[in-house]
Order: sequence, then C-alpha cells, then structure tokens
Amino acid sequence: MATAWLRFLLGRLAGTAVVLLVLSFGIYCLVYLAPGSVEHTLLGNRPATEETRAAIRAQYHLDDPLLVQYWNWLAGALHGDLGTSIRSGEPVDVAISSRATLTLQLSTLGTLFALLLGIPAGIAAALRRGRAADQGIVVLSVAGLSAPPFAVGLLLLGLLAVKLGWFPVYGAGDGGLDRWWHLVLPATALAIGGAGLLVRFTRTSLVRELDQDYVVFARARGLGGVRVLRYALRNCAVPILTATGLVLTSILVGSVLVEVVFALPGLGSLLVDSVTFKDVPVVQGVALLLTILIALVNLAVDAAYAAADPRVSLVRRKR
Amino acid sequence: MSTPLPTDPSAAVPGGRRRRARPRRWPGTVVAVGLVVSGLALLAALVGPLFLPDATQQDVLLGVSQPSAAHPLGTDDLGRDVLQMVAVGARSSVLGALLIAAGSLLLGHLIGLPAGYRGGWVDQVAMRWTDLMFSLPALLVAIVVTGVVGGGYLLAVLTLVVLFSPGDTRVVRAAVLEQRQRPYVEAARLSNLRDRTIALRYVWPNIAPVVTGNAFLNFGFALVALSSLSFLGLGIAPGSADWGRMLADNRSLLLSNTWAVVTPGLAIILTAAAVNVVGDWLHRRLDERGLRR
Repeated sequence: MATAWLRFLLGRLAGTAVVLLVLSFGIYCLVYLAPGSVEHTLLGNRPATEETRAAIRAQYHLDDPLLVQYWNWLAGALHGDLGTSIRSGEPVDVAISSRATLTLQLSTLGTLFALLLGIPAGIAAALRRGRAADQGIVVLSVAGLSAPPFAVGLLLLGLLAVKLGWFPVYGAGDGGLDRWWHLVLPATALAIGGAGLLVRFTRTSLVRELDQDYVVFARARGLGGVRVLRYALRNCAVPILTATGLVLTSILVGSVLVEVVFALPGLGSLLVDSVTFKDVPVVQGVALLLTILIALVNLAVDAAYAAADPRVSLVRRKR
Repeated sequence: MSTPLPTDPSAAVPGGRRRRARPRRWPGTVVAVGLVVSGLALLAALVGPLFLPDATQQDVLLGVSQPSAAHPLGTDDLGRDVLQMVAVGARSSVLGALLIAAGSLLLGHLIGLPAGYRGGWVDQVAMRWTDLMFSLPALLVAIVVTGVVGGGYLLAVLTLVVLFSPGDTRVVRAAVLEQRQRPYVEAARLSNLRDRTIALRYVWPNIAPVVTGNAFLNFGFALVALSSLSFLGLGIAPGSADWGRMLADNRSLLLSNTWAVVTPGLAIILTAAAVNVVGDWLHRRLDERGLRR
C-alpha cells in the first residue's frame, strides 16, 4: 500500500517535472526568438554607445547560445537560485515571495466566496428542481460561468466602490484586517465564475443522488429532509471536489487579470509587467510557481477523492 | 480551455421516478434570448463597421462627457461615442472568437481524426500532446507568449487556436473511437474503400453534431480569453475599438463617465453568457441525437 502510494506520488512528480521543463524551455526559446532585445527595452530611447550595449549584453549573458543560456538558468534554478530581475535588479525569489502572499490571500478568499455562494445555491436548485427558483439559479450560474473576472471586477468597482463608496477603490491596504477589506471586491469578482461552476456540479450530482433508491427508502422510513440530504450530499463529494479543484486553478490564473484591475501588487501584476519587459528570470519564476501551485491543487484534489469516497483508490487506478 | 460540464441526468433518465414538473420551459425562453443576443452581437460584428465608419472619429475638444442627446452613452476621453465604439468593437471581439473556435476545430480534426481512426503510435503521440497542453495553465501561456513576442491581434488569435485545440482533439478522437467499432465502418472496410474516404465521408457526418456543439461552447470561452488578452494590452493595438481594449482604456473614466466602462463590460458578459446558453443547449441536443443513432 505504502509503496503503491509512493509510486503514484513519484509518477505525479515526474509528470509535473516534464511540464515544468517544457514550459521553461519554451519561454527561453520564445524570448530568444522574439523580435526586440533586452538591451533595447532596458535603455528605452536613451542614446547609448556600442560599448554600453555590449556591457549590458555581457552582464545578462545575452550573447551565449540559446542552449547555454537555458542550461545556466536551469542549473541555477535546480540549486534554488532563480537569478535576478533584469528590470529591478532584485533577486527573483525575493521579488516573488514579497508578492506571493497577496496572490495566495486573494485566491483563498475568492475560493472561499465561491464555495459559500456556489454549493448552497446548487443544493437549493436541486431541491427545487424544475421550478422557477431552479431555473433562475441555473441561468445565473451560466451567466456567472461566462463572465470574465476582470469585466465583473470593473463593474463591481464602478458600482460598489466608485458610485456607492462602500469599498476601497485601489490598492492592497495596510495589512491586517484592512488588507482583507481591500481584497473583498477582487475576491468577489474571482468567485463569480467559480460559483457558477460549483452550482452546476452540485446541482447535477445532487439531482442524480436524490433520484436513487436509498433516498426513496430513507424517506419511506420517515427520515427527515435534512438527514436524507446529508446522505445524498455525502455521495456528491467527488463531483464537488472536482469542481473545487477547477475553481482553485481558474482563480489562480484569473487573479492575474483581477490584480491588474484593482492595482494589487501580486504575482499577476508582476507577471504582466515583466512579460512586456522581456524580464526572463521573473517571467520564468512566476510562470513556474503558478504551474507548481496548479499541479499541487490537482494532487490535493486526487488525494481528497480517496478520503471522501472509499470506493476511490488512487493506487489501483490505471492512469 | 473549456471546462467539462456534467450533463443533466434528468435528461438521461426517461420518465424519472420523481414527480416531474411540466416539460422544462427554460430552454425555450432563455435559449431564445440567448439566440437573439448572440445574433445581435454577430450582426454588429459583420455590419457594424459598414454603418458606422466614423465610430473611432476623435473629438478631443469635447473629451469625456456624460450621456447626452448626441451621445446616448456619452463619450470617452478622446471624445469618441461610447455606443458606436461598442457596436464597432464587436468586430474584433466576436469575429476573433469565431476564428479561434473555427481554427481550433480544424486543428482538432487534423490531429484527432487520425488519432482516433488509426490508433497506435499516432494516437499515443496525440494523447501525450493533449495531456501536456492540459497541464499547462492556458491563459498564463497565452499571456507569456503574446507579451514576450510583443502582442498583435493575429498572434493572440493564433496562440489561442493552439491552446484551445487539445479540447477539440479529444472530443473528435473520442467520437471517432466510438464510431470506429460500428458495423458500417467494417462494411466500408470490406468493400475496400480507402481509410481517408471512410473517415471523411462516412465517419465524419456521424461525429459532426457532437463536435459542432463543442465548438460553440469554445466560441464563448474564446471570446472571454481574447478580450482578457486585449484588456492586458496584449491583443489588439491601443486605441482600437475592441471590448477588452475599451475596458482597459476607459478604466480611469469610472468617475467621469461610468458608461464608458460599464457598456463594453456588459457587452462581453452578455455575449459570452448568450453564446454559452445556446452552446450548452446545442451541445445537449446534438449529443442526444448522436446517441440515438
């Protein structure tokens, strides 16, 4: 059992490692092949002598062949050194860790909102299947699922922050409670789509469970609605977990855009700023971190399946 | 990039045991509204620029203004009419999404048909490719690619075609796999038809409904993805009439003319929702039809 678990884990790790290698090499190729050069972006329109350019190129090893550059970066990264940012000159791991907290807080709050909004709405829809309330919830969930978080964010910003003045407009606050207060609107914007997804998964699986014989039987034995619902919900755990995993990953990616909307100094705005600057070390760092986070979420969801449903076994499943 | 959605089991259980409400109405009204909204968006995309050739005409002296008789939704900071901009902006937003859905459908066929029909190493390679693409965060990759190369509308569209295609590939492959075992394929083989003829002329019409339904769903997600890139300034050129771009350009006008931000935002949300409602309905209908055959 333990060895099988270990094999599953190692398989997953190997898969993630391949993805990370492909992604990082892809980014290197892209920067190498893309028009425009780093020293151009660094210097802007300032006049520069040939020596200055050469010095910059030498400093960032830009004249090395592609494979050498990539190898040097990879060797550094494997030793925990992600290099220094071309744009700001600070070490990449410092730049990332100073901003990662905000992104993680935002994503956690967004997922929490999505769960609190989506699951109860899905349950309510399933219990009132076919009636007006159900139809209303389903239509709203489709709308939520389709709405891009940055557009929702701007609408919320316009209505709740600018017109009504209930929420702060920009920035990340001064830490502590103020920070969370500043994150309410962006987290809501992120949560809308996730809530729509959770409504669908919850409703569909609960409708299916409520049609099962054991529910009819439990009702016939005179069990109350709440206890029956508890039995049925227990069997919906796997689809809901699947949806939660999807929501978490989509929120992690969506936070890139929402951070730009609300001017939050998180990983997303760091990525967007660095990408146009061709700041390879930072782009690599952020992209890899987000990919690792997403892989971790997927791993956690798979492990949670086994915990939630004894019929699911990770180790025997053929992957 | 599209999320797999569970299908409604109430459709699969004929005459389910529980008291069944009247035949479900919501497909009727909501789908009708969805069709109208998507139709309007498509119409604006096709003919909008013909009727409003001066939509991006600047009036810098006027500048940003509140709604008035001349400008029902006011103007942006360059004095351009917001309503006209949104109507014209449908072109790049909606047609771009159509291009992405169509391109990814084509690419999905090019890889998925041989993978499903031939099997073997072709299938292995194709599936590893889609596995890899699925484990990459698509929007993130799109941001990095378009950002590093320096943006451009066509590049954004092409990148999204590649990123969307694994979903289509899987759908096409799965549908072909399911058809391949049917007797008619065997009969066609026995009558010595070429593989290409069988795949294209006999198998394809049978998988077409499922595949088109999926493409419609892709269209909705492509609209969102493309406008996300435009919003970050990575898709279309600055100052163009494009919904995502307008949201970015008019962000600072929230106080002076809220409509300049709200209108393009609502346009994206409503169009995407309408397209998804129609696509969802289509997907379900066509899927059932495919199963009945």
